[in-house]
Amino acid sequence: MSELFQWVFSETGLPLVFLGLMGISMLIYAVLDGYDLGVGILMATRPEAERDTMIASIGPFWDANETWLVLGVGILLVAFPIAHGQVFGALYFPVSLMLVGLILRGVAFDFRAKSKAKYKHRWDVLFSLGSLVAALTQGYMLGKYIVGFSDGAGAMLFSIISAVCVTAAYVLMGASWLIMKTENGVQARAVNVARIMVPVVLAGLVLVSVVNPFVSERIFDRWFVWPQVALLALLPIATLALLFALWQRLGALGQPDVRHTGANQSATSLRRLWLLETTPFILCIGVFVLAFAGLAYSFYPYIIPGTMTVWDAASARESLTIILWGCFFVLPAIAGYTALSYWIFRGKTRSLSYV
Amino acid sequence: MLDALVLARIQFAANISFHILFPTITIALGWCLLFFKLRYHKTGRMVWMDLYRFWVKIFALTFALGVVSGITMSFQFGTNWPGFMETVGNVAGPLLAYEVLTAFFLEATFLGIMLFGFNRVPGWVHTLATVLVAVGTTASAFWIIVLNSWMHTPQGFEMINGVAHVTSWREVIFNPSMPYRLTHMLLASGLTVAFLIAGLSAWRKLKLGSGDNHSEAGLASRAGLRFGVILGAVLIPIQIFVGDLHGLNTLEHQPEKIAAMEGVWETQSRAPLLLFAVPNEAEKRNDYAVGIPGGASLILKHDINAEIQGLNSFESHPPVLPVFFGFRIMVGIGVLMLLLAWVGAWQLWRRGDTTPLLEKALVLMTFSGWVATLSGWYVTEIGRQPWLVQGVLTTADSVSAVIAPKIATTLIIYLGLYAFLLIAYISTLFHLSGKGIKAMGESAGMAGVKGLPELVAKNDSAVKPNTLNEGGAV
Repeated sequence: MSELFQWVFSETGLPLVFLGLMGISMLIYAVLDGYDLGVGILMATRPEAERDTMIASIGPFWDANETWLVLGVGILLVAFPIAHGQVFGALYFPVSLMLVGLILRGVAFDFRAKSKAKYKHRWDVLFSLGSLVAALTQGYMLGKYIVGFSDGAGAMLFSIISAVCVTAAYVLMGASWLIMKTENGVQARAVNVARIMVPVVLAGLVLVSVVNPFVSERIFDRWFVWPQVALLALLPIATLALLFALWQRLGALGQPDVRHTGANQSATSLRRLWLLETTPFILCIGVFVLAFAGLAYSFYPYIIPGTMTVWDAASARESLTIILWGCFFVLPAIAGYTALSYWIFRGKTRSLSYV
Repeated sequence: MLDALVLARIQFAANISFHILFPTITIALGWCLLFFKLRYHKTGRMVWMDLYRFWVKIFALTFALGVVSGITMSFQFGTNWPGFMETVGNVAGPLLAYEVLTAFFLEATFLGIMLFGFNRVPGWVHTLATVLVAVGTTASAFWIIVLNSWMHTPQGFEMINGVAHVTSWREVIFNPSMPYRLTHMLLASGLTVAFLIAGLSAWRKLKLGSGDNHSEAGLASRAGLRFGVILGAVLIPIQIFVGDLHGLNTLEHQPEKIAAMEGVWETQSRAPLLLFAVPNEAEKRNDYAVGIPGGASLILKHDINAEIQGLNSFESHPPVLPVFFGFRIMVGIGVLMLLLAWVGAWQLWRRGDTTPLLEKALVLMTFSGWVATLSGWYVTEIGRQPWLVQGVLTTADSVSAVIAPKIATTLIIYLGLYAFLLIAYISTLFHLSGKGIKAMGESAGMAGVKGLPELVAKNDSAVKPNTLNEGGAV
């Protein structure tokens, strides 16, 4: 135990710990803001009453969700300052575009309910547009990162496809969230959208899995070497299994007789329904986690693929130490009150009542 | 084409200026909301609930603008100023990290509960959420002011191979200018909110007509006006006192900034307090100067004959014009605030009401806190130039050269976006003030939150606090 402790605070361990913290922050961000960006995109085509319900379902959470991005980028900034400058210097335009998207959606969320009624629709358009831009640019940046920031036409094409697939993944996430948090029409349409998104996400995952090893020999050798490959094969297999289970659940939810109405709702059937409505969201999280694990395995221990390792980029040990102590105490508290918030707002979204 | 340094500075200044507008409001408004809520629980008077419900809307909107404009900053620290993190990252990093960890998540999460949980949680949990949001915004201000103050008066570190390493966190955090800057900023936030509340309430009251002292809306606008005026009247003399102390602190640690603020080109005794002048950087003198002889010496050294170090005695000094005028705009608004708040308080005390003339003046002053706060920040930040971290790192050395052409193309987008959002924000605030009148006039307390017992809403007095919610807060 004390050896582990020593390793965590050593020159070797600290950068890795912060790489892990940053990765986990980014993963949590992708999952959490993924669903509310997805909901934002889905709102584009819905009538006002449904938009209100959709907004209400993410209202208490979106703000804290975006804070994970600030934490992730913040860790990159404070733990790996050199890498921060280089990564976001290389991604300057997509980052700027993403920020404009995030700014627009963040403020539109509040303006829609507070400005003159005649402007509400316009703010809703900005909300959806901002969400779409943020999702697309994040996907594009992920693509650029995977290909090591190279600029050729192939890299460009790959990044654009990545943008589309990440957006599809967010939409899938958002739709699963709506299946869990809403009822009736909104929920039914979310099921339909989710079913369309599953194959797109699958295609994206396959594409990344195929392209990623061929970007560099280093990544290829990491994956295709006996006996690791046998164990590593579990990753895509598990992902496929999750997507298949998701597809099945969505099929079951799409059946017209899934909801028994009236008096014949027994406690067990209600519980079964609740389970059926909650599982897609959980499965989606599983898919995100596995995809993240695959990428993490490919790039470890590089912070800029093939160029800069975490040890090359890390801040001084004493600074990282003092931040890590803060993390020990504060992260559990954050986890605790985040859980409290999700517990308070559990169950189906009630009608919109912002104060 | 503008050079990299100028572009990076313009862009960063635009973003940080836009950003600071919103925390300036939310820091103090969070505590005002808590005050409204506690007053409601204590007195049961509906007017406090009306104030809470109106201002919590503005809080939510302002908070959202603060959050999203803040995300931008976390990217630009690295892209625009790579030299900053490379040189002093060991100091700045932990301070920024602690801001995110201890403040951002706290305020964001409990804001969700505060805004959407009214009917979902017991009253005491909702009050607790209100407290934690206020604590979060203030904690955030604390960390960022610590870092900023350290950039002005750095200590508690040693330079090893051109990189700062912390030797004492106590010295870093409690650096000499931190207590003054923090107090000055918190008071600035309080005054900004005082005049925002007074201004919008006055606007509402004027719209309703002076005869309305019985309707729900009339009572709420009067209470808001009263609250804003009294808060302003109490805070402004404290701010003037603290501002003076901050100035003396600056004189000790950054005398060249003071020389620029006062327009003192040559070291001189009996330095005049310049009421007006146009500093002439090329000729190193002031044109059209009107001053009180010995005034600056008196204020800065508390001795009319004391010698003030002039700009000529420093190796480098900040550009004088923006610092000189920024300071005068800030002080001028402070004097106006003092005048209006005290006249208002006097009218309230003698007549129990404010005059329409004063109310119109307050409407004009609605966003005066913003102007004063920004001017003050320009004075202190431009006044530190050419340094980014005083005596340690110059701004020119921390800029990224590669980024300039990219900044040039995105700058216009940011500027346009900020202008658009600022217009939308201000017009929405006035729109909400007008809408509040109708909503409250038609059916008291029905707009917005459900589940508030109508009997409470209809009856202004003698209501038990517990009726607000099952738990009964406080």
